[in-house]
Formats: sequence, C-alpha cells, structure tokens
Amino acid sequence: MNTNQAVVRFQLNGLAAQVPAGTSLAAALYLCGDGIARTSVSGQARAPFCGMGVCQECRVLVNAQSQLACQTLCAPGMVVESGAPS
Amino acid sequence: MSAALAAAPAGRSIVVLDDNPAPGGQVWRSSASAPPPGVLQDLQHALARYPHVRISCGSRVVAAQGSHALLLESADSAWVQGFEQLILCTGARELLLPFPGWTLPGATGAGGLQALIKSGLPVRGQRIVLAGSGPLLLAAAASATQAGAQVLRVAEQSPWPQVAAFGAGLLRWPSKLAQAARLLNLSYRCDSYVLSAQGQDRIQSVQLRQGAQTYHLDCDRLAVGYGLVPNVELGRLLGCATRRTTLNGLALQVDAKQTTSVPHIFAAGECTGAGGAERAMAEGHCAGLAAIGQRASASRLRMRAHWQNFADRVDKHFALRSELRTLAHSDTLLCRCEDVAYGSVAGCNGWHDAKLHQRCGMGACQGRICGAAAQYLFGWDAPALRPPLTPARVSTLALANEDPGAVWRAAN
Repeated sequence: MNTNQAVVRFQLNGLAAQVPAGTSLAAALYLCGDGIARTSVSGQARAPFCGMGVCQECRVLVNAQSQLACQTLCAPGMVVESGAPS
Repeated sequence: MSAALAAAPAGRSIVVLDDNPAPGGQVWRSSASAPPPGVLQDLQHALARYPHVRISCGSRVVAAQGSHALLLESADSAWVQGFEQLILCTGARELLLPFPGWTLPGATGAGGLQALIKSGLPVRGQRIVLAGSGPLLLAAAASATQAGAQVLRVAEQSPWPQVAAFGAGLLRWPSKLAQAARLLNLSYRCDSYVLSAQGQDRIQSVQLRQGAQTYHLDCDRLAVGYGLVPNVELGRLLGCATRRTTLNGLALQVDAKQTTSVPHIFAAGECTGAGGAERAMAEGHCAGLAAIGQRASASRLRMRAHWQNFADRVDKHFALRSELRTLAHSDTLLCRCEDVAYGSVAGCNGWHDAKLHQRCGMGACQGRICGAAAQYLFGWDAPALRPPLTPARVSTLALANEDPGAVWRAAN
C-alpha cells in the first residue's frame, strides 16, 4: 500500500479503523474486520456478495442508519456496526 | 452519460442520477488505486462544459411519483425529482444461481468480485476460483490477477466448440478480439462448472465438474456469475413494456429511437438487453438525441447495430447448460434474504405461491437475486415490483405525496 496515500479514519464495531481514501465500506469490512456484514434470519454470517448494490447482503449500520457497504465509501468519523442480525 | 452528452446541446436542464458513489457504472467503476479510464474522463470533461447538466451520484430511485416524477434517496437526503422526459439506463445485474455453499462468506458474483476489488478489497496472495459463463469471467480474472491474487481456475460452463466459435467470430470486432487475447488466462477451462463450495466460516474449497470429471480445489475465494440480467424493475414500475430475452428473462422493449412503450420514457444500455459498454453508449447516444427530438446519424445507427450483433453472439455462444438447474440440493438456500431453501419452493406452482407460502423473494432485495434464479430454474416470471423499489427511510417515504422539488435533509 502506498504510504503517501491519504487515509480515512473511522470506527468499526467500537474500534478505531483506517483505510486508504476511496475504499468502499465493503472492502473495509474485510481490511479492518472479519469481512462479515450481517447475520441472516437463520443465523448465518453473510459477506458482500453481488458487489453492485443489488443483493442487499452487505447492509450494515452507518451512523445508526442501514446502508449498503458496497455502495458506501468510507468517510472520516463514520461509526459502523457490522455483523448484527438484519 | 452518453445520453446526457447527446442531449446536452439542446440546452435543456439535465440531471444524471447514479446510484453508485462515482460515475462510470459497473464497467468503468472507478478504483481506489487507479484513475478512471480515458473514455470516462473524456465523457466527464465533455459534460462539464454544460452548466445545465448535473451529475448526482449516490442517488437511488425509491418510487415513481405519478408519470413525471421520481422519489429519490441519498445517504443524507431525499427529494422528488420532476422530469419531462426520462432515459432509463438502469443496467444489469449478474445471474447468480444457487449451489451448495453459495451463501458462505468468500463466495461472490464474478463481476461482484471485480467490483469489490476495484473498491479496495485486498486479494493479494489469495487463491481464487472464478466460474460461470461469458466474457466477464476473463475480465474479472484479469482484475484479480492484477491485484496480486492467484487465479487457480476460470471455469466456463459453455463447451469448447461454442467458445472457440465465439472467439473466431470476434474478427468482426477487432477491439474485442484484442481484449480477449490480452485477457486470456492459462487457467481457463471450457465445459466446466462449480458443483459446490465447502468451508466452516468461509470458503475453503470448491468442487468442480470438468467434462465427465469431478475434482476439488482448495481456495480462499470463489466468484461465480452466469451472465447478466437486465434491471427492468424501475421501467416496469413506470409501466414500460418488456420483451423476452434469450436467457428467457425480461428486458425493456424499445423501438428504433430507444423509446419505451411509454412515449416520454426512453431506455438505453443493459436494461434493454445485456450487451456491453459499447452497445450501451451507442444506445445512450440515440436515446439522448431522441429525447430532444433529433435522429442519430446513419453511422451511429450502424455502430449500434454492430454492437447489437456482438451482444447476440454472446447470448448465442454462452447459452446456459441444463445441468446448472440441478446444482442446488433440497437444503440449499434459494432466497438469501429470507433463508428459504430450494426444496421448500421447488414444488410450488409459481412465483406467487413461493412468495406467499414460503416467503421467497420477500426480503430486502425484493427477489432481484432469487427471482432471477427462479426464472431460470423454474421458468417463473416475477411480477413487477411495488414501491419502494429499495429499502428506504421513513423520512423519504414521507415525501411520497409531495410535488417535484420537495426535499428532506438529515439534521447534521
């Protein structure tokens, strides 16, 4: 990774996280965590799947609002919660 | 964007609504590490010359508001956008078919993996298996290799003679031939498809069929896509008629001027039938001109026909084999949103029965994934979606009876 690249600092499940600017939240889930976005209705862990905003598998809470991680760019100060039943 | 550029000289107010964070759609999805491709930059520069053209990214359509307005939502606002004419360029999604293990983390669509890599997903050193059908597999494999992954296998379900005939036919599209030659991958195998994936918390191995043989590969990621399905949901909501595609799915029906069955609504690109970026740009150009009452030049119309022929060849040579209908086991999930098993819907009388009695397609994606799969697996046509087209905030829905121009913004 280019060390000169701008970084974005945000919070993932209560922990400080940082990624290169321009990184999607879907990529950040894997870069900074376990890659899991949500827990399905029968309790299975699910990760980003279609990658283009259709399947809804990557929905996470961003500042307490449900958002698709694959269509959200990491932004400074964002508070993200992943892995919850959804 | 091609449509906007074609229509811009007429001087009318144009807004380009894109649900991605940056322009360029799926093909020219800008990447965290690479600048946007030249064609996209040229389009952006050309559009920037027109002050009456505005590009609004991160904007998704939630509902139609009568015949001449749309309800939209972004991360921090919602608004009602009025229009005199609308050009639908809603693109396509991948056809994603169920197989045992397809819900495991580490499994994605093929184009899905490419999109995720472009958005910063690290794959360096990872062992990846790509499978499915169509030219997109090679493009996705190239993106993965470029990002440092080890592509173990590219499994194309179409038999070798079909793929060879497709390759030979590319002489008429030299740019595609050059692209195919550049992307060709030594791990590419025809007549090959994924039977199942295994793993505890995520994908660890995959079982493949190659001709009459079955074998396992240990891997870190599996990306499977069986071609493209036009996104017709918004068009259908607006009352636009559809036509049957070769894959037996639906595409928006348009005439020679890209007009849908609704006179003030046009459609261009993948939503009228999946066919690639060049076809989409040619159609967009024609639609943009039609919207301002002009006709495309004969050479542009020839260009459109040329790329339509290419799209038809892709459809013909990458037709899906019937074995793909038998991959899912009884306990394999078909609907990933509501966790509905294949076995519990296989005996249903149709989409309505599966939806009402088993909750198939009742979840957040509203059947976009399982509906397309069920269409292929069982031949069921899903009815048009009802609004909201995507999960939306209550504050957005509160604008549902407002006039064009109404806006809601988050407090902070």
